[in-house]
Amino acid sequence: MTTGRLIEIEDLRVRFHGDDGRITHAVDGVDLSVANGATLGLVGESGCGKSVTSLAIMGLLPKQTSEVSGMIRFDGLDLLQAPDQTLRDLRGNRLAMIFQEPMTSLNPSFTIGDQIIETILRHRGGSRRAARGRAIELLRRVHIPSPERRIDEYPHKLSGGMRQRVMIAMALACDPRLLIADEPTTALDVTLQAQILELMRELKAASGAAIILITHDLGVVAEVCDEVAVMYAGEIVERAPVDELFSSPQHPYTVGLLGSIPRLDQRAAQLATIEGMVPNMAQPPAGCRFAARCPFVREACREAPPPLAEVSADHLSRCIRAPLEQLVS
Amino acid sequence: MLNFLARRIAQIVPTLFFVSVLIFSLQQLLPGDPALVMAGEERDPAVIAQIRQQYRLDRPLPVQYAWWIKGVLSGDFGESLRIKVPVRELIAQKLPVTLQLASMAILIAFLIGIPAGIVSAVKKGTAWDYGANLFALWGISTPNFWLGIMLIFLFSIELGWLPASGYVPLGEDWRASLAATIMPAFVLGNAIAAILMRHTRSAMLQVLESDYVRTARAKGLLERTVILKHAMRNALTPVITLGALELGTLLSGAVLTEQIFSIPGFGKLIVDAVFNRDYAVVQGVVLVTATIYIVLNLVADIAYILVNPRLRG
Repeated sequence: MTTGRLIEIEDLRVRFHGDDGRITHAVDGVDLSVANGATLGLVGESGCGKSVTSLAIMGLLPKQTSEVSGMIRFDGLDLLQAPDQTLRDLRGNRLAMIFQEPMTSLNPSFTIGDQIIETILRHRGGSRRAARGRAIELLRRVHIPSPERRIDEYPHKLSGGMRQRVMIAMALACDPRLLIADEPTTALDVTLQAQILELMRELKAASGAAIILITHDLGVVAEVCDEVAVMYAGEIVERAPVDELFSSPQHPYTVGLLGSIPRLDQRAAQLATIEGMVPNMAQPPAGCRFAARCPFVREACREAPPPLAEVSADHLSRCIRAPLEQLVS
Repeated sequence: MLNFLARRIAQIVPTLFFVSVLIFSLQQLLPGDPALVMAGEERDPAVIAQIRQQYRLDRPLPVQYAWWIKGVLSGDFGESLRIKVPVRELIAQKLPVTLQLASMAILIAFLIGIPAGIVSAVKKGTAWDYGANLFALWGISTPNFWLGIMLIFLFSIELGWLPASGYVPLGEDWRASLAATIMPAFVLGNAIAAILMRHTRSAMLQVLESDYVRTARAKGLLERTVILKHAMRNALTPVITLGALELGTLLSGAVLTEQIFSIPGFGKLIVDAVFNRDYAVVQGVVLVTATIYIVLNLVADIAYILVNPRLRG
């Protein structure tokens, strides 16, 4: 892997042990890396393992039911081998996360100020007074009006968009090097989505933090990301710089995802969908996991799992039939 | 908030009126005639008639009720038909005993039930969890009288550490007072601890799965802070309300437990009064108990609002 990478993930595997004794392979051999200050989009449909990947990076998966293996090197430190105390010192500090559900991610019993100040005091120490000043400053940075007054409000007084801004302020409290945003706009309505994305772009420019943006929305990816990784059934199926991915997708699943974005200039009688269902991850198929839904499938696809191979420079695809252009023409 | 309080307090008046009517009417349904009881062995018709007249037992019920409630409102609960002592005095004598016993019991219940509930939720599925659940099952299914007798057997007879029965007022000798009440308080508290433990456990399990607890962990907070601050604050609200209601139940007297330990509290007072058809005492004690219960309910509601910012408005 190239040097100067802030985070490098190699062969990450996460298995969940269900109550009924069944084992689910939620993440199965994921390789990822993000350079300092870059933004990686992690795309895929619900249940493909993208949130689990982010929780594995944060070390927030439940220890009793999950089993994580592989390597996650953050700033030279393997997070999977690091003791709990080291992880706690990183979390909320150099490694921060924003969650999908702003309505429920803040503690209803404490003011938003308390919750931001707590993070600052935990990692930076200092006086409560100074921390409060910084919290007000952070709220101002995420464009919360009259932050001096709002800081003493409880979460239930704020709208969803405001709460997500508070979550972002909290994540930025200690100037993280890496910010993981797990579907930060999914629960918000469209105008708010645009505002939050704009805010994230602005903060990225100002702070220089690297971002892993998890989403199922390719429109969001096109707006803010430098590089994209597409996940399907626990695996990365395609990885490419964002322009490259949109102009020449090299995995049939990505093609399907791009095709399922409705476009005003090409109105179809029916919305495009990807036929079929995601495979059961308790018993993944032997060959390519997308085979059952793939329009280009061949016998060879079902026999052995395809490797993630380079199609062109910096463009990887897990499809033995790539490049796909020749198939379509 | 003030609006809510005013409304809640206004509700108390009709509730208490209804309770007083109910107490008074039920009393009349009890078999037996107080005049006969008071007349003693001879049952001289003249004496009985005189007693009836003296205590207005010959008047219609509404008139009897009106006389009684008039007295109650001015603090006069009447006189015990049997021992000729004002009911107010009896209550003033027994209430502190019951208050002390109930407070100690609820304190023991909270001290055992809440930590046990938290530990079993945090360590779900481990030996700690099974141990706490076993304790809860034991607490709920052990009859008070049996536990009381066993404690007396162990601590009073075998070890000789604590007195087997009797009561010493707190003001007189607090050590002796605590020694006399610790066993009955434990018997009463143990059963409630089990209930509180079960509720704390399920509330904690739910809260520990919540998004804001995940946020707290994502901030790098110590697990201790996550559990004792972020999770507990939200999980304990319903448990505290439940505790206040249990306290109300304790104050209405723990008849069996007081009997076993010969504690002269409300429970013993009311049982004796019922057996003796001592109407005035039964009415007075039940009315006081009902009032305490209603007030505790109000206190629980207020506490619930105070810890819950969403309701504070």
